[in-house]
Amino acid sequence: MLKHFLTLEWKSFFRSASFKANLAIKIFMVFGALYFMVVFLGLGIGAFYIIEKQGWGDPLLVVNGFLIYYLVGDLYIRYMLQKMPITNIKPLLYLPINKSKIVGYSLGKTVVSFFNWSHAFFFVPFSIILLVEGYSPLGVIGWHLGIMALFFCNNFINVLVNNKDNVFYLLLGLFSILGICQYYGLFNITTYTSPFFDALYAQPWIALFTWGLLIALATSAFTYFKRHMYLDAGLAGKKSLAKTEDYAWLNRFGNLGTFLKNDIKLIRRNKRSKTSVIMSFFFIFYGLLFFTGGIEAYDGPVWKIFAGIFISGGFLFSFGQFVPSWDSAYYPLMMSQNISYREYLTSKWYLIIIATAASTILASFYIYFGWDAYLAVIVGAIYNIGVNSYLVLWGGAYIKTPIDLTSNKKAFGDKQAFNSKTLLLTMPKLILPLGVYALGHYLISPTAGYIFVAMAGIIGFGFRNKVFAMIESIYKKEKYKTLAAYKQKA
Amino acid sequence: MITVQNLTKKYGDAIVLNIENLEIPKGQSFGLVGNNGAGKTTFFSLMLDLIQPTTGHIVNNGVQIDSSEAWKPFTSAFIDETFLIGYLTPEEYFYFIGEIRGRKKADVDHLLEGFKDFFHDEILGQKKYLRDLSKGNQKKVGIVASLIGDPEVIILDEPFANLDPTTQIKLKGIIKDLAASKEVTVLVSSHDLIHVTEVCERIVVLNKGELVRDIQTSKETLKELEVFFGG
Repeated sequence: MLKHFLTLEWKSFFRSASFKANLAIKIFMVFGALYFMVVFLGLGIGAFYIIEKQGWGDPLLVVNGFLIYYLVGDLYIRYMLQKMPITNIKPLLYLPINKSKIVGYSLGKTVVSFFNWSHAFFFVPFSIILLVEGYSPLGVIGWHLGIMALFFCNNFINVLVNNKDNVFYLLLGLFSILGICQYYGLFNITTYTSPFFDALYAQPWIALFTWGLLIALATSAFTYFKRHMYLDAGLAGKKSLAKTEDYAWLNRFGNLGTFLKNDIKLIRRNKRSKTSVIMSFFFIFYGLLFFTGGIEAYDGPVWKIFAGIFISGGFLFSFGQFVPSWDSAYYPLMMSQNISYREYLTSKWYLIIIATAASTILASFYIYFGWDAYLAVIVGAIYNIGVNSYLVLWGGAYIKTPIDLTSNKKAFGDKQAFNSKTLLLTMPKLILPLGVYALGHYLISPTAGYIFVAMAGIIGFGFRNKVFAMIESIYKKEKYKTLAAYKQKA
Repeated sequence: MITVQNLTKKYGDAIVLNIENLEIPKGQSFGLVGNNGAGKTTFFSLMLDLIQPTTGHIVNNGVQIDSSEAWKPFTSAFIDETFLIGYLTPEEYFYFIGEIRGRKKADVDHLLEGFKDFFHDEILGQKKYLRDLSKGNQKKVGIVASLIGDPEVIILDEPFANLDPTTQIKLKGIIKDLAASKEVTVLVSSHDLIHVTEVCERIVVLNKGELVRDIQTSKETLKELEVFFGG
C-alpha cells in the first residue's frame, strides 16, 4: 500500500505544472536551497562561539532564552506556508483502503516535511559543538531530543489549528507584544519559559514529557482526522460568510471605479492576495535598515534611492508584479466582456499609483531621520509612479503562471517572477535609478541626484499615453498564449 | 449577423475545426450539436476571440472578431466557470457585469426580478461567494449574467448540463423567449438532442471539426439526429 502512495506522490511531484520550469531556474533554486543550508549549518556551528565571544553568557542558556520565540516563529511560518496533508486524498476515499491507513499516511507525510528537518541544520551542529565544548553528553542528548520533539509538536499543532485564523492571530499578536515588552525591558517572558528548556539539559528525563506531548498531539490529530474524514466535515473547504459590499463612493470614477471595486474585493477576500498586500506593508519599514545605519554596506549615498524605491514600492513589487495573473481564474471573462484592454490596464495602474502614494504618506515617519531621508522616499515614489508602474505592467504581459487565489502556497517568492524577461525588466526598475542618481550625485551634487531621478519619473509620467499604447499592444499579442497558459491550472 | 469564412483551427497536424462557410442571420436561435471533441467549444472560443483561428475569420455584425474589439459591447457569453469571479457574491457579480455593460444597479435589479423563479431562492441573498455555490447554481448565475445589458448575440456552451430538470425546463422557456423576440441571436451547444431541437430553429451538426448537417428544425429533426448519432 505504501508503495502505491509513494508512486502517486512521485508522479504528482514530477508531473506538476510548476515542476516544468526551465533548467536555469531549477539550478537557481538548488543554489538557493544550498545557500540556506550552508547558512543554517554555519549558524549552528558558529552560534556557540559568537555568543561566547560577545560575552552574552552561557551559549546554551542564551539559546534557551530565545527558544520560545523560535518556536512561535516556526509555528507562524508553518501556518502561513505548510500545506495541509488532507487536500489530495479525496480520490482515495471510496477505494478499498483503510481510513486509518490514509490518515496515517497523510499525517506521516507532514512529519517528513522540510519544515521539520530543516531545523536539524541548526540544532545538530549546535549540539555537537556543545558536546565538544564539554557539556554533559546525557544532558545535551536530552535537550536535543526534547527540543526536536517540540518542533514535531508544532507540526501537529499546525495540523490541528489549520484555518482557525482568529486563534492564530490572537497568539501572534500576544507574542509580538511580549517581544516588544522584552525589547523595552518591561516584561520578560523568557524568564518563565527558559527554565523549562534549561531543565531539559539539567534533567534529561524531562525530555520524556515533550515526547509524551508529541505522542498525545499526534494521536489526537490522527483521531480527529479519522473522525472527520468526510466531505462535509474535515475535508470540506472553509466557507466564509459572504457579505455583499457596494463601495458606492467609487462609482463616480465610472468604469475605472468598477474595476477598482473589484480589485479591492479581490485583495480583501482571497488569502493569497491578502498576504501579498500585508507583505507590501512591511516594505515600508525596509528603509530602517538603511537610515539607521544598521547595515554598514547600505551606508553609501546611492543606496538611499534604493531604499526610497522599496519603501514606496512595496505594493508595486508584491502585487503589481503579478498583474494580470491575479485575474487568471476568470481571464476568459475579462477578455470577452465589454472591457477594452486600455481600461483594464489603466485601472491596475491607478491601483498601483494609489498604493504608492499611500505608502509614501505612511512612510512620513522617516522625517525623524531627517528630511534628506524622506526626500529619498518621495523621489523613489516619483520614479515608481513615472517609470516602474509601467515596467511591472509590461513585465506582467510575460508572466503566464496562473495564481490560485485561495492558497497561500508560493506567496513568498515565486519562481514565476524569475523568468528571463521579467528578470531583465528588473534592471531598469532598480539599477537604473541608482545609476541616474549616482550620475547627479557624483558629477554635480546630491540634490542634483535627486532631481535627476525625479525628472526621470516625471518624464516617464508625461509619456503615459504612448507607453500605454505600447503595453496594450504587447498584451494583445500575448493574449492567446496567456489564455492558454491560465487554462492549465498550476 | 454572423458570417464564418474558411475558418480552421489546427493544433500541430490535428485539424480540430474546419468550417468553410456558415451564415447565422440576426435573431436566429442556433443550435450546435456534436460528440465530444467535435469542435463546439473551439468554435465558441473563436467567436469570443479566446483563441486565434489558423485560417479564415468570423465577422460578427460587421466586426471581424480577431482584429477588432468592437464586437464586445453587443456580445455576451457563458462558456464555463472561468467566466465567473469566485470571490464575489452573485449580486456583486451581476452588478459588476452590469456596470461594464453600462447598466445601473436598478436596471440589473429589474432584470433579476424576472429570474426569481429561475433562481429558486438559491442564488440571491445567500451570503455565499460564487466559489462556494454548487455547480448547477454557478451555471444559473453565469447564464443570467450573460443576459445583462441587452446583448444582441448570446453564446451559451452546454447550458443544460448540470442543471436539474425543473431548471432545464425554465431555461428552455428563457431561450425560447429570447428567440421569439427576433432581436437576439442565441447560439447554444448541447449534447442533449431533445433540448436543442426544442429551442433552436436551426441545428448544425459538427463531427470531428467538420460541418456535416445543417437542418431547419422540424418535427422530423429529432429523429434525423438520432439516426445520425446512433449510426
